[in-house]
Amino acid sequence: MSDNKLSVISLVSIGQHPSSGRARRAEQDGRAVELGLKLAGDNLSVLHAGEQPEHVSKQTALRSYLGMGLSELTLLEMSSDADAALVIAEHLTDHNNDIILTGVRSESGESSGMLPYLLAEKLGLAMVTSVADILSVDKTNNRAEVLQALPRGQRRKLTVELPFIASVDMAATVGRQSAFGPAKRGDITALESANIDDVQAQSWQVSTAKKRPKRLKIVKAKTAADRFKAATAKASGGGGKVVHGVEESAQAIFDLLVEERMI
Amino acid sequence: MSELFRRDPRAQWIARNRLHPLHQALSVGPVYGPSGLLRKNLHIIGFIGPNGLKRIDRSGASGGMDGGSRRSATAASAVVLPLHQIAEPAFYVLVVLDLVSGRLNGHDKDTLGLAQQLANRDSGGGAVVAVAFGELKDQSLDTAGVDRLIHLQGNAYQDYNPEQRCDDLKHIVEQLKPQQILLPDSINGGGDLGRRLAVKIGERPACGVWKLNDDSIVCRASAGLRDITKPLTKLMLVMEECYEPVSETRHESIGLEKSTLSLVNNKLSDHGKISVDPNAIPLAEAGFILSGGNGISDWPQFHHAASVLGATEGASRVAVDDGNMPRERQVGATGTWVTAQVYIAVGISGAIQHMQGIGQCDKVVAINTDEGCDMVKRADLSAIGDSSEILTRLVEMVEQRQQQNNEGVVNE
Repeated sequence: MSDNKLSVISLVSIGQHPSSGRARRAEQDGRAVELGLKLAGDNLSVLHAGEQPEHVSKQTALRSYLGMGLSELTLLEMSSDADAALVIAEHLTDHNNDIILTGVRSESGESSGMLPYLLAEKLGLAMVTSVADILSVDKTNNRAEVLQALPRGQRRKLTVELPFIASVDMAATVGRQSAFGPAKRGDITALESANIDDVQAQSWQVSTAKKRPKRLKIVKAKTAADRFKAATAKASGGGGKVVHGVEESAQAIFDLLVEERMI
Repeated sequence: MSELFRRDPRAQWIARNRLHPLHQALSVGPVYGPSGLLRKNLHIIGFIGPNGLKRIDRSGASGGMDGGSRRSATAASAVVLPLHQIAEPAFYVLVVLDLVSGRLNGHDKDTLGLAQQLANRDSGGGAVVAVAFGELKDQSLDTAGVDRLIHLQGNAYQDYNPEQRCDDLKHIVEQLKPQQILLPDSINGGGDLGRRLAVKIGERPACGVWKLNDDSIVCRASAGLRDITKPLTKLMLVMEECYEPVSETRHESIGLEKSTLSLVNNKLSDHGKISVDPNAIPLAEAGFILSGGNGISDWPQFHHAASVLGATEGASRVAVDDGNMPRERQVGATGTWVTAQVYIAVGISGAIQHMQGIGQCDKVVAINTDEGCDMVKRADLSAIGDSSEILTRLVEMVEQRQQQNNEGVVNE
């Protein structure tokens, strides 16, 4: 599968641990790099847009991608409040990448999940969301077969025209463990980029997430007797259909399964 | 009004006391027929008590005489909610529904609730337009808060075609010029479609909106670690429970005619769902569960049925304790809380812990020998009979259907 001519790029970011808040390799970006390594092997290029990391923990987090077996990582330098989508789009216009891999949404910042969509529009590419795997890439016919992750553990097969952008879901293969030596040895090539400020975001107020209130079960009963009944009654579907006999029962269940598209 | 009959002791006392100044006004005089005979309507004597039995109040009969008719009238009117009509909408609020398997889910209803709030706040006068793609089985659109409906259907919409849907939405937005566009920020398609639309119409969306304060909204950011407060935007992708669903009004849900839609050149094409091993899906998120309990004698047949139906296997606690199923397959309060779309309970009578575990399921099917058990009361469809016979017949039917489908493919 590792076609030598195929050029794949994975976009990575510095993640944030959900409970400690410590900088780490972002879960979905790790998966995007893993998928890229499967498709392109050593030819995979990896891009990060952000500030030159000053803090050690951020440097370690960024270098942990190199520890997955990459020799080089490109760092597109921009200030922390710049609009990453525009900066990356400008950088990628003159690289003719076949496949661009990202995570579904970032673990820091606005994490709106808009980046792959904006890139797809700016570069005029197709966009596939929540990818679990890329099954095959046919460069002669300009087509790729993609496995999309759906809710409830289901998978859908799609074909998509090359070049395309795919956002990688948590259902994809977990990123391999980062090795310390390669992470230290790998090169980070910093590139200057045009600074495009995100003006809208400057007026927003950012605070620590509040716990969302739990929705109360409101009983709209007008009498005490109704409220009592609502609080004590057992769950009941209220007049479900009852069928007797083997043949009729099997037919009724079969019809229901067909109606619900389960078989 | 309550349906329960309530005694009014004061009125009864007035009816007994002929010296009371209100006695004349309260007591209804005797009725005489055309021939001058005294008529007594025996049917209106007494009232139906709370346990369904007829009761005759001999204590002076105050409100009991006409109570029966009054109660039945209130019972009929209690069901009908007031109709909220918008004849000339001042503006539109557009909602794109997810419609998982053709029905509104909780997320859709919350989104519609928020849309109604946006349409009716301040001076109001806005109408909520719902856009539905593909199959629409739900009958409760009016009570969920849909004023106008745009239903796009056809063969193309049965598959995953986000580019076509996004293009249709763009046309609808250009036509109606809605003040706000709301989509559920879900993995069932709303999140994807909303982001595509945002890029297409060049509007910056607010994602993960979970609260509305007057003119600002609160969004979840940084994968759940931060909250961003920003001014109200045109396009919003809202989270579940962002607002209370509509519950007190009925809406018209009038169909709007759609403009001629152009077909777009799709870069994506759908090749359908591929079969996954049902037992590899975590029980909590499985969509179709076949669950076995104490009533099953033939376990190999149960496993065979599950594999033919393509259902994830579940079990009641008894089946697990007896060693017929592994512990991680247990459904219920002490096991896994499941959210299946179809849950088939074979030989499970329905302990309260088990019923709690299946509280989120849409359609429950019970196969049981005992018609009086709790599972049959909860189930949408109950099959009374021997479980192994019914399962055998069901498996035969499904295999027959699969064979027919395969032959159809070969013939084509």
